[in-house]
Amino acid sequence: MVPSLETSAKRDVFFTVNGETKKVLAHPMERLLDVLRNELGLTGTKEGCGEGECGSCSVLMDGMLVNSCLIPVAQASGANIVTIEGMSAHALLLPLQEAFLECGGAQCGICTPGMILAAVHLLDKKPEPTLAEIREGLAGNLCRCTGYMEIFEAVATAARQRVGK
Amino acid sequence: MALAKLQKHHIVGAPVPRKEGRGKVTGAARYVDDMVLPGMLYGATVRSTIARGKIRKITYGPGIPWEEFVTVTAKDIPGKNCIALILDDQPCLAAETVNHPEEPILLLAHADRHKLRKAVEAISIEYEPLPAVHTMAESEQQSTIIWGADNIFKTFLVEKGDVDAVWKKAAYIVEGEYSTGAQEQLYIENNGVIASFDPGKGVTVWGSLQCPYYVHKALMALCGLPEEKVRVVQMETGGAFGGKEEFPSMIAAHATLLAIKSGRPVKVVYDRMEDMAATTKRHPSRTRHRTAVGKDGKILGGEIEFAIDGGAYSTLSSVVLSRGTIHAGGPYYWTSVRIRGKAVATNSPPHGAFRGFGAPQSLFAMERHIDRIAQVVGISPIEVRRRNFLKPGQTTTTQQTIREEIRLDHLLNRALEVSDYHAKKARFARENKYGVRKKGMGIAAFLHGAGFTGSGERYLNSLVGVEAGADGTVRVLVSSAEFGQGTNTVLCQIAAEALGLPYENVVIAQPDTAVVPNSGPTVASRTAMIVGKLVQSAAISIRQTLAKTSLLGDEYTPEQFRVACREYIVAHGPLKAYTRYEAPADIYWDDEHYRGEAYAAFAWAVYVAEVTVDLTTYSVTVDDFVAMQEVGKVLHPVLAAGQITGGVAQAIGFALYEKVVWQNGRMVNNQMTNYIMPTSADLPPIRVFFEEIGNVHGAHGGKGIGELPMDGPAPAILNAVEDATGVRFNSIPLLPEDLFEALSAQSLDSKASFSM
Repeated sequence: MVPSLETSAKRDVFFTVNGETKKVLAHPMERLLDVLRNELGLTGTKEGCGEGECGSCSVLMDGMLVNSCLIPVAQASGANIVTIEGMSAHALLLPLQEAFLECGGAQCGICTPGMILAAVHLLDKKPEPTLAEIREGLAGNLCRCTGYMEIFEAVATAARQRVGK
Repeated sequence: MALAKLQKHHIVGAPVPRKEGRGKVTGAARYVDDMVLPGMLYGATVRSTIARGKIRKITYGPGIPWEEFVTVTAKDIPGKNCIALILDDQPCLAAETVNHPEEPILLLAHADRHKLRKAVEAISIEYEPLPAVHTMAESEQQSTIIWGADNIFKTFLVEKGDVDAVWKKAAYIVEGEYSTGAQEQLYIENNGVIASFDPGKGVTVWGSLQCPYYVHKALMALCGLPEEKVRVVQMETGGAFGGKEEFPSMIAAHATLLAIKSGRPVKVVYDRMEDMAATTKRHPSRTRHRTAVGKDGKILGGEIEFAIDGGAYSTLSSVVLSRGTIHAGGPYYWTSVRIRGKAVATNSPPHGAFRGFGAPQSLFAMERHIDRIAQVVGISPIEVRRRNFLKPGQTTTTQQTIREEIRLDHLLNRALEVSDYHAKKARFARENKYGVRKKGMGIAAFLHGAGFTGSGERYLNSLVGVEAGADGTVRVLVSSAEFGQGTNTVLCQIAAEALGLPYENVVIAQPDTAVVPNSGPTVASRTAMIVGKLVQSAAISIRQTLAKTSLLGDEYTPEQFRVACREYIVAHGPLKAYTRYEAPADIYWDDEHYRGEAYAAFAWAVYVAEVTVDLTTYSVTVDDFVAMQEVGKVLHPVLAAGQITGGVAQAIGFALYEKVVWQNGRMVNNQMTNYIMPTSADLPPIRVFFEEIGNVHGAHGGKGIGELPMDGPAPAILNAVEDATGVRFNSIPLLPEDLFEALSAQSLDSKASFSM
């Protein structure tokens, strides 16, 4: 849902996105999601529900997994943001992205960017997650296509590759 | 034989990479909301706040610079004010009366989305309310007529044998009533389109949709434009499940009217609340069974009454009813049966296509009822199914002779084996005597017909193209859309195999009505089987064309193919082949009597659910799920398994989580916060097994698969809940409050009878 913004004037907000410093002129209450998509053209971050339930708009903010539809851009001031576009900046896919392709973790693809960021965040905290930890770690990201089984397999596959097993 | 030689490639059946997969994992894939056109406006819809009434007055409130806004009402429609589909009874914009909450009345566009939202809120509409109908029972009473002469959109009657003669032969007469609720498709990408208009070129629409030519047809009627002046392009589509079958015609119509009036491109993308409240859902249903059963548990005959709630306009209800009616008898042999199907009107937004299309509703009833028959007769749920399974040579309820090989017994045996059914059932029966966590096992056996029903494929008359370029790249030209299920990949596999080329050398065109022929809608589990076969045939034609002009021999390398294509194109122009659907000669269907070959092929399945019912929280957890099926040849192992796991997950939601709460015809829990779909933490391991048997009608023996997994889980789960608790639940969704109510009543009953 688009919030009503008539009460606040636009102002400059500075933050880092995918390693680059950005300045945007925005209402302080503008959703980070809209700023990323509309001002910075980073359309890989998707809107699914606009109320923090589905996780399609997940990004990493100072290493935390957040729903960018719930973050007013003023709150992101000075933060370090990573979006799906920051995951494969060097043309080569991450092993995790490769695993999503191989295992069938992406069907319609609309939850995939958020799901991949949630998985990156999980693997950073727990390099060798159990199935229960994968289930728990991805529970904030809804997928309507896969029934999640293929996503679990992709995350487990990527984890095994990372630790060299 | 040329075909035999092609088999050596085996691209079909291999887990090749998803064609559009890279774009999806990098965020580069372009969905409609990712697209911006120069000068683009945003569009919004002003909707009815009441269920039924006459529009008296529209007031544009103060404080809004209305001259900045583009406003469209029914008066601005250049052609016919309807969404052309089957009966054309649904207006694009309500003009004088509204027939359901959220019915579109007025459209606004502005460059600033924030101003647009305030403007929508500033419009108030006065109505003269009319009596409304909110349940199937009220609709059937006909004391208030809201549609046609009798509130009935459609009826079907399927009759086989002499049902009236079976009752006196019956050892048992088993009756039951079963019901299912509305279900939201809940694709994660909401409905959305962009429309632009150019007086010379006409209308172009880009959207999230399943059926480009449905939208094409609807816009031609709405705008009074010839076919070449309407162009529809499918963008990457973030889930659909039927929810983007007919509805996109509506949202595309709205964006188009705003684009025509403003002369600028207009984007209309719903937010989640609007999408859930205003768009289609699965039809609620009620099924009544009355079955004559022999002493041995054999079904002698019976009557089935299947009714669905279509909402306020007919839209696709007649077709949903058709599939539900035909599937109502399940995978069983009925010597006699009478099935009455009925779709009725209520004042809610029209219900529409959703994976399974009526079959999950009527099969839920059948598979709960067959367990009831087993109890009455005193045999096991396994045995009752075994004794009644359809066998080759027997006929279905529509008197279609089963000519294909079916092995329901084998599927059942395998499902029991891999689920460890017997051992677990025995153990749970012992352990359930103690504690508050009761465990149970349930099964469901079912079938799903692939492709359009009866003469449907004949009417569709699908056309498919394959084109080879001068660089040797082959392009598949179809209107069949990819929305996650794997259309792009599977059709490219089939073409590559037919041409003996690497998979990488074959691409698929973006569905764009200016480029691709009408290969029919992407629905009804028809794409891999029906469209796939046409793609195979068109690809073989390309080969034959090159062979006839002596440019290519029987054996060739991709390089030789490339050279041959280039030489052909230099000499003769574009190298394209088209194939049109031809109905198999042995498919006969009588639309009047609803009799004959309903489907060219059926997929068959036996599913097993293991559940725990917690008597302290009244929650049901599915602990293990086995999905055993026969879908012909599996064309792509990863994509096929993905269809099953996803369908089972959605059906677990249908059974245990997803409840649409209605108030005066409006969905009131239209948010993901309070309409609950399964998360990664809620689902059991979903174990998928395929038993492959080739089928003559599809490419490489493939049958339809997409809808099948929606049919079986709900009855399997409720059968397991009854096994665990001994309480019969015949209505879904089954929520903890329903369990609480039923189990509390039961314990009161048992205390009462104990004290007596």
